[in-house]
Amino acid sequence: MIVAKRKPIEEIIEEVQAYDKILLVGCNECVTVCEAGGKKEVAVLASALRMHFMNQGKEVKIDEITLERQCDHEYLEELRNQIDQYDVVVSLACGVGVQFMAEKYMNMPVMPGVDTCFMGVTEERGVWSERCQGCGTCMLAKTGGICPVSRCAKRLFNGPCGGSTNGHCEIDKNVICAWQLIIDRMKNLDKLEDYEALVPIKDWSTERAGGPRKVVREDVMQ
Amino acid sequence: MKTKTPSKLEKILAAGNLAVTSECGPPRGSDPEAITKKAGMIKDHVDAINITDNQTSVTRLCSLASCIHLKLMGLEPILQMVVRDRNRIALQSDILGAASFDIHNILCLSGDHQQFGDSSQGQNVFDIDSMQLIQTVRHMRDDGKFLGGDDINRPPRMFVGAAANPFADPFEIRTPRLAKKIAAGVEFIQTQCIYNLDKFELWMQQNRDRGLHEKAYIMAGVTPFKSAGMAKYMKNRVPGMDVPDDVVKRMAGVPKEKQAQEGIDICVETIQRLKECDGVSGFHVMAIEWEEKVPEIVERSGLYPRPEAVE
Repeated sequence: MIVAKRKPIEEIIEEVQAYDKILLVGCNECVTVCEAGGKKEVAVLASALRMHFMNQGKEVKIDEITLERQCDHEYLEELRNQIDQYDVVVSLACGVGVQFMAEKYMNMPVMPGVDTCFMGVTEERGVWSERCQGCGTCMLAKTGGICPVSRCAKRLFNGPCGGSTNGHCEIDKNVICAWQLIIDRMKNLDKLEDYEALVPIKDWSTERAGGPRKVVREDVMQ
Repeated sequence: MKTKTPSKLEKILAAGNLAVTSECGPPRGSDPEAITKKAGMIKDHVDAINITDNQTSVTRLCSLASCIHLKLMGLEPILQMVVRDRNRIALQSDILGAASFDIHNILCLSGDHQQFGDSSQGQNVFDIDSMQLIQTVRHMRDDGKFLGGDDINRPPRMFVGAAANPFADPFEIRTPRLAKKIAAGVEFIQTQCIYNLDKFELWMQQNRDRGLHEKAYIMAGVTPFKSAGMAKYMKNRVPGMDVPDDVVKRMAGVPKEKQAQEGIDICVETIQRLKECDGVSGFHVMAIEWEEKVPEIVERSGLYPRPEAVE
């Protein structure tokens, strides 16, 4: 999933301070799972904002809605008939949803309600961690199913570097060395000899480096 | 072994001598004297001088310009180059820049993560890794081509080195990792500072079992402690460093004013013991901001005078 975290309330207040009619829009997908921008978090944010404006003695209309998704036209369209009642939207979807909302409603200011962090997993309740950076050319087959692009701080293809200590990365004792994991996996799979195969220089043009990306599937286009 | 480049370091190693290198860290400013002064202290006692590349991710005068200052003094620089800060365009470009000044040695490194330095909010690059940088330099030198496939007019003629840390984890891949660097084309290795000699000798044994010591020159890295505090710091705070307790104890066991001398003694004893280690081709003396002690260490280790480089 796309993992996001809640923005500090002060930041959101700054975003909406100048407005009187605010629509908070949650998303029922990833940000609900990672408890940053679902229905529950929309309600919490709404309460916090109401309290803030009440303390300021300012009358502000704050409404809440949570869409099934904010990365598809059909769900964003559900706002079409009501969005004009507001003068700002705070989207608690990931950055994808915020932008798609802004593209669709060109005259409506759309503010981000979360900080979008990474593509990752729920390690345990309340702990999410990164697994993928969407580099566009998956090489997990060569690295025992552990990704050095997203999990090695230096994204080394032929690691580990000299800073790997007791299974931890040099940047932080709480970060696991990806190459320790890769080597452990290779051992478990009885493929440690694969370690010595040199991984060639990567083509980064399918990653951010190649500019904004697009996947076009003519076979599924209508 | 036959030499492939005009490198003085390569010639000395190929002739079967124990080579001696040292390093100078460039200044945090633009005064060239900071480099030339350090180099002047050690020039008669080493065969070549590494110039570090923004080590520990602290911004400094660049490695290439510092190497040029050494070259202008008639000395033999080893250009350290990290892949942290440059993409493949910049790496190849800097390699050509160095080659244009007839800098004949390069050390291919990953580089410490930027969070350790003065720009922890900066981006890193890591377009290629250190292993691939070795391949890149060899490709440019031996095939005379850029990574993109075009021909290079006057290709670089560099003796290609890399670092090895026998003490990083996991230990079981430390020899395979050296084998991998050799397969990538590395010709000389400078190791991480050695304090755990038993572990180093075990690593060397594993390297010899695979004949790796005959495929690349392995130079043992040493760093004298200035104080017991430094020994403790390196033990506890520097990632990938292995300082055994008895070494820390030995440093702490002498009065403060004698600790520097004790550090030098340990360093000299390390070199003397490792001179007997089969497969060690030389020593890399990293006297961090203590260059003036290099001559003493080299002399007391029986590595002075330095040999002439012969074809």
